[in-house]
Amino acid sequence: MTARDLLHRREFLQLLGAGSLVIVVGPEGVRRLDAAARPLAAEPWSPAVYVSVAEDGVVTLICHRSEMGQGIRTTMPMIIADEMEADWARCRVEQADGDEKYGNQNTDGSTSIRDFLRTYREAGATVRALLEDAAAQAWGVSPTEVKAQQHEVVHVPTGRTRTFGALVAAARTMPMPGPERVRIKQPGERRWQGKQMTSIDLGPMTSGTARYGADVILPGMKTAVLARPPVWGGTVASLDDSAALAVPGVERVVRVPGAPLPSGFLPLGGVAVVARNTWAAIRGRDALRITWNHGANADYESAAYQAALAEAVRKPGRAGRTNGNAAQALASASRRIVGEYYVPHLSHAQMEPVAAVARVRDGTVEAWAPTQSPVDARKTIAGYLGLDVAQVTVHVTLLGGAFGRKSKPDFVCEAAWLAREVGAPVRVQWTREDDLRHSYYHSAAAHRLEAGLDAQGTVTAWTHRSAYPAIAATFAPGVTGAEPDELTNGASDIPFHVPNMSVEICPAVAHSRIGWYRSVNAVHHGFAIGSFVDELAHATGKDPAAFLLALIGPDRQVDLSAAGLVAPASNYGATWADHPLDTARARRVVELAAEQSGWGSPLPRGRGRGIAMHRSFLSYVAAVVEVEVLPDGTVRVPRATVAVDAGFVANPDRVRSQMAGALIMAMSNTLYSEITFADGRVVQSNYHDYPVTRMRAAPRVVDVHIVESEGLPGGIGEPGVPPAGAALANAIFSATGVRVRRLPVGSQLAGWTTGATGRGDR
Amino acid sequence: MITLTVNGTRRSFDGDPTMPLLWFLRDELALTGTKYGCGLALCGACTVHVDGQSARACQRQMQTLEGATVTTIEGLHPRGEHPVQVAWREIDVPQCGYCQPGQIMQAAWLLTQKPTPTDEDIDTAMNGHLCRCGTYPRIRAAIKAAEGQR
Ligand code: FES
Ligand code: FES
Repeated sequence: MTARDLLHRREFLQLLGAGSLVIVVGPEGVRRLDAAARPLAAEPWSPAVYVSVAEDGVVTLICHRSEMGQGIRTTMPMIIADEMEADWARCRVEQADGDEKYGNQNTDGSTSIRDFLRTYREAGATVRALLEDAAAQAWGVSPTEVKAQQHEVVHVPTGRTRTFGALVAAARTMPMPGPERVRIKQPGERRWQGKQMTSIDLGPMTSGTARYGADVILPGMKTAVLARPPVWGGTVASLDDSAALAVPGVERVVRVPGAPLPSGFLPLGGVAVVARNTWAAIRGRDALRITWNHGANADYESAAYQAALAEAVRKPGRAGRTNGNAAQALASASRRIVGEYYVPHLSHAQMEPVAAVARVRDGTVEAWAPTQSPVDARKTIAGYLGLDVAQVTVHVTLLGGAFGRKSKPDFVCEAAWLAREVGAPVRVQWTREDDLRHSYYHSAAAHRLEAGLDAQGTVTAWTHRSAYPAIAATFAPGVTGAEPDELTNGASDIPFHVPNMSVEICPAVAHSRIGWYRSVNAVHHGFAIGSFVDELAHATGKDPAAFLLALIGPDRQVDLSAAGLVAPASNYGATWADHPLDTARARRVVELAAEQSGWGSPLPRGRGRGIAMHRSFLSYVAAVVEVEVLPDGTVRVPRATVAVDAGFVANPDRVRSQMAGALIMAMSNTLYSEITFADGRVVQSNYHDYPVTRMRAAPRVVDVHIVESEGLPGGIGEPGVPPAGAALANAIFSATGVRVRRLPVGSQLAGWTTGATGRGDR
Repeated sequence: MITLTVNGTRRSFDGDPTMPLLWFLRDELALTGTKYGCGLALCGACTVHVDGQSARACQRQMQTLEGATVTTIEGLHPRGEHPVQVAWREIDVPQCGYCQPGQIMQAAWLLTQKPTPTDEDIDTAMNGHLCRCGTYPRIRAAIKAAEGQR
């Protein structure tokens, strides 16, 4: 039985308490748990961090956030174990089930380290102090004479040592160390600062034993594949399942209820084919004959929608940020420049299509899922099946990519429903086609920016209008566009020095499920703003990097809630005091990326560099992308340079991998990918018509420069995407003279060598 | 009845002869290291070796595999220490890890064909393997590191 199973039975304390030292840290403080304590469920508080040291010296940490490639299962122990002076090789990580006892488990918004760095350090430092005190007591010496060091405590004057494991029994009963004893290490004392530690899951991931959602196998398990309404809000009109039931291996055909619009986290509904294996389920699903009522979104056409959004941003919208008087400043400007941009719907296309396993016994549900938010999964399953949350357990597997898709538990609900209907464990497997056609799509977005410049080419007015359907529209009826706090995802909170600014929201109604997609609105905000700044630079004959630095202006720290933002002036959940708009950080990353990339050195025709900087998720990232555009319009990225200031960075190797991955994902967004709708349905079905970046186009080198900092941490998983997309489009302009204002680039560059594409104004 | 050898063990199958090898491996043998990503030979996640050649398990129907020898990621090396696996760990290639078994199987096959692959060889061999996390630069580096270890 694993620790995970025991946790499920609320016997966690008995397990880790049986001989182990267990320290937990939550918003209420630090505590030691002991075997005599009440069961965890009866405790009135929610510790996010659990550290146990067993008598054999093994350190077990519970990871309450989901691992989806960002490295939290490695970075969390790096922080705690370094603080503890533990030996890396003797640290284990257990994945937490979904439970409000762990506080906020929702792995989104690039928040894991940002929210928990302090807590992790405090946990590690407390354990260290306790073990040191235990050693000092055992030797009868002053605690000032002992020092934890690599899994043992040393008596400094004599060199005597005692292992952590041997100190556990005493440390369990020692008085808890007072705040003066719990000392967080100074930067120079951190053993692994800046080092590359072996990722916790590296062995399993390279030997085929890492377990993702679809890899969970239960005795007697069936596999289900579903036919879902092709249009959001559709329902089954008629069903003929005779051919499906005739497929060998198919056992049942089961209706799955869908939620009325807007369907939120709940399943779309439809018809499930339950079979002995996946292949039979797929063939059975293909043999279903269903007619659908398509419902309210049957006429959704993305081409017409694009035109409507483009029209919407040509009229003034609701205010999101107002400084000075942009209209007046535009009227008196010596030059006005307009840029209009469009970013289509996107889908996560994570390599693991969503899949989940569930079992129902005695009216209780146990589910295994690659979920970013196990607590939401629990609650949604409970609601969907009419159960109490306490009757639902959600185990978190590894996530084979997520990018926001796996925040939504619709697929886990399907498995739970079917397990109950069928009376056996069920794995719901989405095919790639299902995953692309029934996703929660990134908003399609239109932007219109207009700048007013004075005679010297300085920007004196900035008007930015955007129209895109809001994520809120997936959850509540009658939502007609973004809210002001969606603009603080990189549109109204830009670090530019422009006295007259108006950032506005124009209406847009959703016709498909809209959801979080890595970097969220910063994807299209970053592309539009980063492209527009480059257009302004070229229009005024200035070097784009120099122009960007001038636009950022003098170093200053701004509380935007008091400087023009319309309430709620959100700042990724942080206070403006902790995370002001810090233009020195913006400037520094631009300078660093420019320096390190060889910005300004000449390149042959067909090659070009582009630069962009964006602040999102409380981090500042600048990218310089170098492109090679082949005569047929194919774009390659030989090299890219990224500079990032994310405050304190615990695991620089994972920051480098996240920045490289973000850049490559931004290439997909910019060059290739687009979800379109016709007759209310998604047109694309698989990677042939929803292309993403492949090896040949990917950069040979992504050079990542991390600004050293002890500052409060910002996000890492998401902030790399927005500047990279714009830098890439700007590089394409530099290489070809073609300004791409509508994504993806696709075939827009065909014929660029002859100017047949309608060259830009260079 | 189809008989074949998977990771050195004789196996038989008498189900739907059109079932792709991928689902036989995953559903019948519980060899879940071979991943499903697209089902259409577009992503490479399902890559295994069939009779020493790299193959997409989602495309090989069971009826074509009588007498075949199949190696999956689980059978690439008895202790998981194939030079490609070792290099993958040294460079810490994976992010989410989901695509990596397919990438590793393809890279191992590439090195049997081209012991010292050029960048162009790597592009050609690996272009069919998607990694949505974007680990391509590290995959390239790891292939070069593995090449050095052979
Ligand atoms: S699943 Fe076989 S190539 Fe994608
Ligand atoms: S590591 Fe996540 S898809 Fe490749």
